[in-house]
Amino acid sequence: MAYSDKVIDHYENPRNVGKMDEADENVGTGMVGAPACGDVMRLQIQVSDDGIIEDAKFKTYGCGSAIASSSLLTEWVKGRNLDEAAAIKNTEIAQELSLPPVKIHCSVLAEDAIKAAVKNYRDKRDS
Amino acid sequence: MNAPVTVQTPIYLDYLSTTPVDPRVVEAMKQCLSTEGIFGNPASRSHVFGWKAEEAVENARNQVAEMINADPREIVWTSGATESDNLAIKGVAHFYHKKGKHIVTSKIEHKAVLDTCRQLEREGYEVTYLDPNENGLTTPEMVQDALRDDTILVSIMHANNEIGVVNDVAGIGEACRNAGVLLHVDAAQGAGKVPLDMEHMKIDLLSMSAHKMYGPKGIGALYVRRKPRVRLEAQMHGGGHERGMRSGTLATHQLVGFGEAARIAREGMSAEAERLAALRHRFWAAIEDMPEVYINGDREQRLPGALNVSFAFVEGESLIMSLRDLAISSGSACTSASLEPSYVLRALGLNDEMAHSSLRFSFGRFTTEAEVDHAAQCVRHAVEKLRELSPLWDMYQDGVDLNTIEWATH
Ligand SMILES: Cc1ncc(COP(=O)(O)O)c(C=O)c1O
Repeated sequence: MAYSDKVIDHYENPRNVGKMDEADENVGTGMVGAPACGDVMRLQIQVSDDGIIEDAKFKTYGCGSAIASSSLLTEWVKGRNLDEAAAIKNTEIAQELSLPPVKIHCSVLAEDAIKAAVKNYRDKRDS
Repeated sequence: MNAPVTVQTPIYLDYLSTTPVDPRVVEAMKQCLSTEGIFGNPASRSHVFGWKAEEAVENARNQVAEMINADPREIVWTSGATESDNLAIKGVAHFYHKKGKHIVTSKIEHKAVLDTCRQLEREGYEVTYLDPNENGLTTPEMVQDALRDDTILVSIMHANNEIGVVNDVAGIGEACRNAGVLLHVDAAQGAGKVPLDMEHMKIDLLSMSAHKMYGPKGIGALYVRRKPRVRLEAQMHGGGHERGMRSGTLATHQLVGFGEAARIAREGMSAEAERLAALRHRFWAAIEDMPEVYINGDREQRLPGALNVSFAFVEGESLIMSLRDLAISSGSACTSASLEPSYVLRALGLNDEMAHSSLRFSFGRFTTEAEVDHAAQCVRHAVEKLRELSPLWDMYQDGVDLNTIEWATH
């Protein structure tokens, strides 16, 4: 299958690969997917006291499109506030990366990951 | 120090999928593809063009028969192993339906066998699908235990196309013959690579395909035993070619190519097997020290040039994407809409994750040591890179048991 240039670029030079301390109260972690389905994404955001995402890291087990979707997402969320980040739609990711129909689920997973990370951060803060 | 050997990429390591046509085979085929050459219809009895074509076809029949130590009259030409499987299974089922309607096969057969069996189920036949053992082998004992009074046919493959393991088809033949049940063997992957001997093995029907053994695509054969005689109901009706079992004008150039491929395979079989096994061992030796890397299928009972490997914590499709220098295939069908891991690996007891993380490497006649070395290096590099990206690898290194996590399956 042919991948778009953008997918290949993110796949070969993934941005913001890494891991943050899950226990840190400024960090929100979203882990979505399942090994059995062939993709797992872990997206982490570091949030400033005024609610801006200062940094983002990811690790992804999955196909090239899943890796690219999560890599792109980390670029997009940096500098946004939590509501803006949680409002990112999978269709925007799919469009940016020119994902074929069979790979749309990768962008859905990325959307789920940022929503889960934001929720995790807020839950931590609320408790 | 030796000068670095440069290899041309991409490197073809997908010989189980298909093989390039051997140049000697191309030469033989060319003789049938010109106006001066052997272009006649082998069924034309009234002139020399037909006689020459018939002679070429019968020569090819001898060559294919010789490869499996059979009588040439036991060879029926088909368009490939898919057709051979269909003809053998449906042909026997339809001919012997009054004797019984039960068929035994295994869960890891090629789709050409499985889907044919499914069709027969729709027609009212009953099929038992055996689970192979964890090494991917279906044993004579398993077959024996599945036989019933109304069993008419057993269909078990010789070599498996995904994991490369080779079944004891001689032993399975004994079990079937003792019980008076016919045995069909899909030998698309094994024929020409591993010795097969129809005089001594109690196999009644055997499917072969030229393009898996350096012959052209679109041609194959079904061996049909004469003593004791096996009867088939034809699936393709017409001019009564191939003793009524398969009508249609014979494709002289294809058959001549298949015959030449069979001759080359038979003559070089043991030397080639030895060379390919050495390449396989060389490849494995270069990657086996990596953590959490496993061979799928029996380590000994296998095709000399085939290896299926799971690389835990990395996903097969992304691995293939990293391995652009290599032409290989993945155990997961992530590109299909279903996202289903290989049914063969699942039947071996691999969990979905390990099935998704597997690659099939198959070496062949034109594979060199330098290519194998380069391939192993690429694989190491890619696996290391992807593990750095993998949250599962992180968790594994932190000592987290992935089975204890509740994943949200989607
Ligand atoms: C075990 C097995 N059976 C049958 C087939 C089908 O063979 P053909 O391509 O000649 O129809 C193949 C090849 O894909 C195979 O590997």
